[in-house]
Order: sequence, then structure tokens, then C-alpha cells
Amino acid sequence: MSLRTGAPPNYARRRIIDRIMRALTVVATATAVVPLVLILGYVLVVGGSGLSVSFFTETYQAPLMGDFTDPTLVDPAVGAPEGGANPDDPYADLDLGALTGATPAEPTDGHGSIDLSQVSSGGGVLHGIVGTLLVTLVGLLLALPVGLLAGVFLAEYDNNWLATATRFCTDVLSGAPSIVIGVVAYILIVQQTRTFSGLAGSIAIALLMVPTITRTTEEILRLVPQTVREAAMGLGAPTWYTTFTVVIPTALTGIVTGVLLAFARGAGETAPLILTVLGNNTLSVNMLAPIAALPLLAYRYTESPFPTEIQLAWSTSFVLVVLVLFINIALRLATRSRLRGR
Amino acid sequence: MSTAVAPVAAHSLTLRQLRPFYGKRLAVHAVDLNLPANQITAIIGPSGCGKSTVLRCLNRMHEAIEGARVEGTVLLDDEDLYQPDLDPTLVRRKVGMVFQQPVVLRTRTIYENVAVGLRLAGVTARSELDATVEGALRAAALWDEVKEKLQMPATALSGGQQQRLSIARTIAVKPAVILFDEPCSALDPIATLKIEELLLELRQTFTIVIVTHNMQQAARISDQTAVFMVDQSGAPTGVLVEFDRTAQIFSQPGDSRTEDYISGRVG
Repeated sequence: MSLRTGAPPNYARRRIIDRIMRALTVVATATAVVPLVLILGYVLVVGGSGLSVSFFTETYQAPLMGDFTDPTLVDPAVGAPEGGANPDDPYADLDLGALTGATPAEPTDGHGSIDLSQVSSGGGVLHGIVGTLLVTLVGLLLALPVGLLAGVFLAEYDNNWLATATRFCTDVLSGAPSIVIGVVAYILIVQQTRTFSGLAGSIAIALLMVPTITRTTEEILRLVPQTVREAAMGLGAPTWYTTFTVVIPTALTGIVTGVLLAFARGAGETAPLILTVLGNNTLSVNMLAPIAALPLLAYRYTESPFPTEIQLAWSTSFVLVVLVLFINIALRLATRSRLRGR
Repeated sequence: MSTAVAPVAAHSLTLRQLRPFYGKRLAVHAVDLNLPANQITAIIGPSGCGKSTVLRCLNRMHEAIEGARVEGTVLLDDEDLYQPDLDPTLVRRKVGMVFQQPVVLRTRTIYENVAVGLRLAGVTARSELDATVEGALRAAALWDEVKEKLQMPATALSGGQQQRLSIARTIAVKPAVILFDEPCSALDPIATLKIEELLLELRQTFTIVIVTHNMQQAARISDQTAVFMVDQSGAPTGVLVEFDRTAQIFSQPGDSRTEDYISGRVG
């Protein structure tokens, strides 16, 4: 009755605008989420389908033709087939056939050609898993104290020119393309030590992690109510004690989130690793020498001409995603408050 | 009183020409006050009169605010709280503070919430910790309610219990003076009553200063009352208009502004 008739004149228009705005937010959310779900889903389905136990327990194995008795295949020890090698080709030594034990894929008259899909790739990415964990965790160990303490300084201590400069630099650094960090690490470490190394990769990744950890730590610490700090100060606690026994434990969940974001970013970085750790086809834990890493494996397998190695690239991507997820869950469980849920 | 919180020697506070600033702005005109030992002094006045600011000068919490500073001085007995090179954290162990919002450390147990100040002081002996925590909780009239659940999260307590827990934490480090900054304004009337009874108990051991919005509360529990007002000539600045025995203030105030305030005509 009067409730409906008493509506203001612009009531209908307001309802329509409200519906339109709501529809727009739904569309925008879908636009953001759908590609993400599709990408993750595709990686999980395609990558997951190529998984086997040996994928986690073995390292790189060169692609092989399945049938060694095929008369069209030539033993590389004997030599390339007629007309196969070009004497002017500077890369003749790197000939695909020589590397893989198969003939070069140069069709002549139907004989001697390779059906790439018949090339099988065995092996796994154990070396990549070990390498990525090593390089990223060492990077995290380097970045964590610096990032955490810098964040504490920004949030808890005097707001002076040093804090302003630090904030500006971390903002710039967190936006810097990772290849730039890679170049810096290459010039400062790889060139000086005259070797690619896992440690150089860790330092590059640490440089990428520090700004993220610093700024999230600062933001999270600022969310801790001032009353908590005042209560600790009222007991005569100095700032460092207040920070480390009261403020940080209160904010721990948020800080862990920031650290995990930094870790995930570090584990997935590819560009700086190309310039620092280089990659390694064998299992190595020597941080002073080139070492394998999952993103590098995914990158190199993707460029492979063999469909089976393309499949390995998908599986490697899958492992990388699951690895980050696994560490995420593990750290969350480890830092969960003992008091919660009682 | 519990044996763990043995009565300490009586300590008084003296404010001399105390002038708190926020940056360049004077917050309160110079204050001179004598706060006698083992008594409850109430600070009352309308919003913005600087009563919390003055309170926070008494344990050097005021200067923790960025840009804030203090002129004049405060004496604990005859020792200057503002003497040069004195670490404020040492002052705050002698002059404890309880805040408007109960502060519990959400990640700690009830026991650890009381023990935190002792651990800070380097106490590690289990027997000493146990004894002091129990003594402080008894003194804060909380022991009977929590003795079965000392290892529970402090967040399991009600608001009134959390405030008494905050008081226990302050008592545990055995200060000479305890400052209360509107300790009951976040509590219901029954919890408020418990805190007030507790304050009257604590007066035997500590010198107490309480800032309150609640004039009935000041009248019920305090021995003397300081009334602050806002001086509107120029930039609004707090000013102490009257300080006297509480009974005197509420029956025959000497200042017309006090009379207007306590009778509800202003503020």
C-alpha cells in the first residue's frame, strides 16, 4: 500500500543502477578468475597426466628413438648419412642426430627421416626439484633476516629520511623486471667468480624477495593495534622486546603470507636463473656450480622439438605449481598458533 | 593482600609546572599537583581537556607519540622522572599503566599474559613465576575465576576479566604507582563495579591515579579529584581548574566551572 506508493521518484532508476553495478562487478570478477582457473586447470590436467614415479626419482635422460633396429637409423659413431652434414655448418658438431643417437631430421626421399613423435623421453625432474628447493630456500634464508628487520625498522622505529628512502627504494626494486636483477647478479657474481652457480641464483632471488618481505612486514605490523604496544611499553618494555615478543607474534600469520608470496615468486622466477644458475642435466647439490631448476627445465623442454619433451615441460610446470602449494600449506601448519582451536 | 605482592613503601607523585606539547601546540597549561601515596586521585573533565595527556606524562608514555614532548617535571618521591639520560622504560616499570581497552596478548595463555613483564625482567625460575602470577591474579580478584584454566588462551576471557587480567599484568611487576586511563569505559556496570572494588583494595599497596569520564565513579572511589577544563581563549588548551578532596569537590566546588561540569550543565 503506502509503502510502495511512497517510493521516491528516482527509486526505479536507483534499482536499475544498482543491478548494473552488481552485474559489472560479477563480470569483472569472472574475467579475472576464469583465465586463472583455465590455466591452472590445464596445467594440472595435461601436466598431471604425464606424471609417473620415475618423474620424481630420476633426472634428465636424452631423448631416444624407440627402435634401434630400424635400418634407416645410422649409428652416430659411424657417421652421418650422405648429404646429411654441411661442411660449412659451424654447428655440425651439435647435430641433433649426434646428440640423440638418431639421424638428423632432414628428409631426403622418405628414407632417413625421423618421426619426432616416435622419439621417447624417459627420466624425470628430480634434479630440478632439488635445485629449485635449494636455490629458493637459500635465497629465502638470505632475504628473510634483511626483509624482516627492514620491515620492523620501517614500522616500529623512527620515521626519518632513512625510512623514506628505504620505502622508495623497496617500491622501485619490487617493480624492477627480474631480468634486471639477473643481469646485476651475472655481472657482480657470475663474472667475478667466473662460474655460474646456484649461490648466484640464490642471491638474485634474495634480491627479488627482500622488497616484498620488507613491505608486507611493514604493512602487517602497522595493522597491530597501538594499544598492544602501549601495554608492553607500560610494563617498561623496550621497543625491540615489544616488537619481537608481542607485535610480531600477533602479526605472524600476515607476515608468513608475505614471506610465502615472496617464496612463490622466487621459486617461479626464470629470467634471473638463466643468467646465474644456468641449469644442469644431472643431480647436483653443489651451490658453487651450475645447478638445475624447475623453471629452467620447463623453459628448455618447451623449446624441444620432441612431443614427449613438451609433455615433460607440462609435467614440470605441474610440479612447480604443486611444490609452491605444498610449501605454502606446510609453512601455514608450522606457524599456526598452538592456542587456536582449543 | 597476597604475600606475593607485599605492600611496598608508600610513594607519592609530584607534578611541577608540567606542560605537555604536541609538536608546537601546548596541550595543557602548566600543572602543579601533589598526588599523595596510597590514595586514589581521580582526574575528571570534558573531552579534549588533556586529562589523558597529563596521565600519560606520569610514566613518560606521552613522548611515545610522534612529535610529543614535555616541559616541567614529575617527581616520584624526590626523584625526577624527566632527569637527563634516564631510560623511560625504567620509569614505566615503577609507574605502571592500565588502558581503556583491555589488552590481551592474543597468542599467549592467561598465565603468560601475566608473566610477560616478569620474563622481560629476566625472571626464569618457575617457582618465582608461579608465585608472582598467582599473587597478581589474586590481587586483581581474578584468581578464583581462572585458576583452573591458566593455560587457556587469554581471549577466552570476558571483557571485564580481560581488564582485570591487564591489571594483574601491571601488578606483577610491582610498580609503585598505577595509572588507569578510563579503565571501565569499555565495560558493563557489573564488571565496572568489580574493578572499582578492586581499585579500593589496591589502594593499600599502590598509589593510584585514574582518569574517568564517569563523575559518579570519581565520587565513589577517589580520595581527591583534579578537574580539568578546556581553555577556549586562543587555541583550545587544557587547564587544571581545581584540585581538592573528592568530597569537597562534589559538595562545595570552589570553581564555578567545576560546579557547572559536575552538575551536568557543561561537558
